[in-house]
Amino acid sequence: MSEAVIHAEGLGKRYQIGERERYRALRDVLSRAFVAPFRRGGRAREESHLWALRDVSLEVRQGEVVGLIGRNGAGKTTLLKILSRITRPTTGCAEIRGRVGSLLEVGTGFHPELTGRENVFLSGAILGMKNSEISRKFDEIVSFAAVERFIDTPLKHFSTGMQMRLAFAVAAHLEPEILLVDEVLAVGDLEFQKKCLGKMQDVSRSGRTIIFVSHQMNQIRRLCERVAWIDAGRIALDGPSEAVIGAYEHAILSASHATDGSLSSREAVSYLGWEVAQRRGSETNIVEEGTGPISIGIRVRNRARIGHGHVAVVVYDSRGFLICGWSFDDLQLGLGEHDLHFSFPELPLRPGAYSLLVNIHDDHQSSYSWTLVPSLIIEGVPVTHHMDEWAGVLNIPCSMECKEIELSARTSG
Amino acid sequence: MNATAQTRTLEKSPVIRITPPARWWEIPFGEVWEYRELLYFFVWRDIKIRYKQTAIGAAWAVLQPLLTMIVFTLFFGKLAHIPSDGLPYPIFYYSALLPWIYFAASLQNTTNTIVENQRVVTKVYFPRLILPLSSVCSGLVDFGVSFVMFVVMMIYFGMRPSAAVLWLPAFLLLALLTALGVGLWLSALNAIYRDVRYVVPFLVQFWMFASPVAYPSSLVPEKWRWVFGLNPMTGVIEGFRWSLSGHGEAPGRSLFVSMGVVILVLFTGVSYFHRMETTIADVV
Repeated sequence: MSEAVIHAEGLGKRYQIGERERYRALRDVLSRAFVAPFRRGGRAREESHLWALRDVSLEVRQGEVVGLIGRNGAGKTTLLKILSRITRPTTGCAEIRGRVGSLLEVGTGFHPELTGRENVFLSGAILGMKNSEISRKFDEIVSFAAVERFIDTPLKHFSTGMQMRLAFAVAAHLEPEILLVDEVLAVGDLEFQKKCLGKMQDVSRSGRTIIFVSHQMNQIRRLCERVAWIDAGRIALDGPSEAVIGAYEHAILSASHATDGSLSSREAVSYLGWEVAQRRGSETNIVEEGTGPISIGIRVRNRARIGHGHVAVVVYDSRGFLICGWSFDDLQLGLGEHDLHFSFPELPLRPGAYSLLVNIHDDHQSSYSWTLVPSLIIEGVPVTHHMDEWAGVLNIPCSMECKEIELSARTSG
Repeated sequence: MNATAQTRTLEKSPVIRITPPARWWEIPFGEVWEYRELLYFFVWRDIKIRYKQTAIGAAWAVLQPLLTMIVFTLFFGKLAHIPSDGLPYPIFYYSALLPWIYFAASLQNTTNTIVENQRVVTKVYFPRLILPLSSVCSGLVDFGVSFVMFVVMMIYFGMRPSAAVLWLPAFLLLALLTALGVGLWLSALNAIYRDVRYVVPFLVQFWMFASPVAYPSSLVPEKWRWVFGLNPMTGVIEGFRWSLSGHGEAPGRSLFVSMGVVILVLFTGVSYFHRMETTIADVV
């Protein structure tokens, strides 16, 4: 077992509300000092505090690539800022072994008046590279950014895309033992994003420790074996990527559809729940990748007889793309509870979370739709294969063989 | 193979401890030394940018003291007949303006340095002391340029430097430390209270009249000299005049008072700055 390079215990960060990202004018301080004696009690002060991070303990071993996920404002960036020493924690402590490099922003320290070349050196130095190190990697950085022709022009004449590429190229060549990255891969065109992701994978394969914040779950899946989900300043879940991402996506979906159940209970047809028949253990929404035939049961309660109804199921992936849908006519639904069974010879989907939408409508134009909660999770071994980004959504089996064509066959054909 | 190499570097690499805000006496001087290359880059950037954005570039470094010297010579010298301790007025004023303009510019730049580098400060870690340090260092280039002008003036007036000129670096250092000490206070305060940047121009103006720039310190009554010496710039300016012209007496007791004050301001400034440093990224 490799040793822990990051050891954090009980980290907490308290901000005064309004203090973060805002400076104070002397006038405010003076007026507050003047008013304070006339204010009753200390309650108002207590309420103006916000714990951006609370009691976070984390241990990261050497070579681990850990993803940090969570809603906006959950405390992910605050955690990175504490670990990179930009700000100090209010409580708790952490120990870090090795050189830390942090990438909280692309183009830190860039100055528009300086040339591309000068900015590479300046930004590199600010990010913690030695002068000799930058000189050594200079050509590589410039060709990675593909800005060779403009390298001696002032940065202000660069297009935004070129600036971004150059900035990221500098950052990508940072070689600290521990790298903290905050959502910076989302720069440039698709082509460049792929290049960046590839570079990150190289870095992670070279045995460096990475903590990586992103909102793009496919990036996280591709890069990290382990994910910590931060919610409201605390670590909600920390473990293998698929499980944590699944739980997180589920929580997001159920939060956005939390109202569905209560609304539909007043309607003629209401949704009660669903489960996978080939379920694994106690989880009723998880299917293992590559399982053969699958059927899912959806339970509904009906208060008004439906003679000529229609039912449809639609599958979306986590980005909201419609994957496939099926619809069936001639649905007859009597009063009371029913199970609707949908059977598939197989569900050829890549690992991930999928949301299922069910719709029942009749000829009288009454229509009922529900997003199934929890969402369907296809579980698999987390892959960080370099071709993974090309794997797509569908998991259709395919085999390959290579045959040598004999000389006689070639001449005759 | 790779893994063992990694482990070996890990054993060597220092353990960084992250704890709640440090106490005032824990000042990371060793760390500042580790980041000396960054200090160099900041100085280099400041100078590059200053000269790139101006049309006549380095000429400003000469024009500013030169024009001020001409104005002083005309009004304080020729009209008001303020004594110059036997020195030609241009030499008398320019030798004082050399350190004074360096000091005033450094103080202003240092005050604004944290705010101006806000984006870097909130996104990357480095010992924040690097920023004020780089501000006072980058001013030295302008000082050097304007010093060349002084050499030209010396030749014009047919003056020869005496051995006293060897003391010049010490007086320059005293000016640098004064700017740094006061600047540390002001830059940390400016990050929290933006009012500070509006106060500094007034401060600099008042301070100039409290320093013997436009008049010799011999105008100050003997029994008040020590109070006068509490202003470290008094020692610096007297020292400059003495070491550059070789005339008059070496600054004595008042210099020691000045040095004591500088050490006090510097020490408290570093402590205050360092105490603020840990939370600056949250408030700036």
